Amino acid sequence: MNLFLDLWTVVAVVAGAFFFFAGTVGLLRFPDSLTRLHALTKADTLGLGLVVLGLLPQMDSVSAGLKLMCIWLLLLLSGATAAQWIARTLRQGNPGP
Amino acid sequence: MIEVLNLGLAALILGLAVWTVFAREAPAAAVGFIVYGLLLTLVWLQLQGIDVALTEAAIGGGLTGVLLISAAVRLRRTEAAARAERPSTATRWLAAALSAAVTGALALCVIALPEPAPTLAPEVLANIAVTEVGNPITAVLLAFRAMDTLLEAIVLVFALIGVWSLAPDRVWGGRPGPLQPADPNGMLAYVARVLPPIGIVAGTYIFWIGADHPGGKFQGATILAAMWLLVMMAGLADAPPISRSWVRWLLVAGPLAFIAIGIVGAVTAGAFLAYPQGFAKPLILAIEFALMPTLTLVLGLMLLGAPQRSEPP
Repeated sequence: MNLFLDLWTVVAVVAGAFFFFAGTVGLLRFPDSLTRLHALTKADTLGLGLVVLGLLPQMDSVSAGLKLMCIWLLLLLSGATAAQWIARTLRQGNPGP
Repeated sequence: MIEVLNLGLAALILGLAVWTVFAREAPAAAVGFIVYGLLLTLVWLQLQGIDVALTEAAIGGGLTGVLLISAAVRLRRTEAAARAERPSTATRWLAAALSAAVTGALALCVIALPEPAPTLAPEVLANIAVTEVGNPITAVLLAFRAMDTLLEAIVLVFALIGVWSLAPDRVWGGRPGPLQPADPNGMLAYVARVLPPIGIVAGTYIFWIGADHPGGKFQGATILAAMWLLVMMAGLADAPPISRSWVRWLLVAGPLAFIAIGIVGAVTAGAFLAYPQGFAKPLILAIEFALMPTLTLVLGLMLLGAPQRSEPP
């Protein structure tokens, strides 16, 4: 059982790292700001989600696991909002702060 | 394995520092500085300095970063003019040489430190029981070196007065920051309604846990100030005019309470800021409680900047 959980951690965290890598490649390679934003936020949100899911079995207590989930939910909220906000500023053609 | 990661982190920080120094655009340099602060947070975590890591993330990376970005945005109009009057080669070489000399001297000092470095940590741990707090950092900040913390709180209020003093006469006493257009159905308003309850709980938790675990009033106050700023950015609430008497009183309440407790110590325990036997922890908590609103207000108002809109009396 433990071996299975460890295996799950390795697979999920590696998959999460892959999505982070893909998001970074997209950030560096995509041609304009909107596509870069898309690559970055989508891939990173998914990447962090996979890392959190992978780390869940390694937590000592249920509350530590819940805290990890909270961090991911907060990132979902803030990442999505920030991306929408930047994108809206870009569409209005205003470089903005 | 962990050494490889540490080396990678150190290399990344050095590279980023060089990049930030050489960045041409001010906003780019400010973003470089924020990322630098976040990487430093990781370094402090690796060094087991969780309190410092929290402070670095909240104040070094977050708050200072926002201050720098807003400064860069304000400087945008003058940037072309500033670049036009490029200093002469000799001046720039002199500046580079001076900076390199300071860095070199600092590096020499750090390398010349005796091994093991001189430390008061064992004495702190031997005497921490007297203060009844569990977190050695809090014990140092509010018992053994309470004077430093008191002066730090006062310096912050002075810094805010310095920011305010940049206001032109006609808007003095008015509201800081531009008027934010309110869009009650916008996504910013949505986040400004959903996030503050979570942020207030998290900020208060970090403040409260500071007595026994990493955390404390500065980190907690930064989170609370961020929530306040979010609500103001969304246009759900306006910044208070700086002439309001509650603003003024709240700004001095924390340091005043700190000084009052210090004077009580001078009378009952024989020294300014000494705590009478058995009352150390309640008094430390009282000081933290009193400082918390002041710090939140100072940090929030400092980010809003000087008053910009006059308030009809």
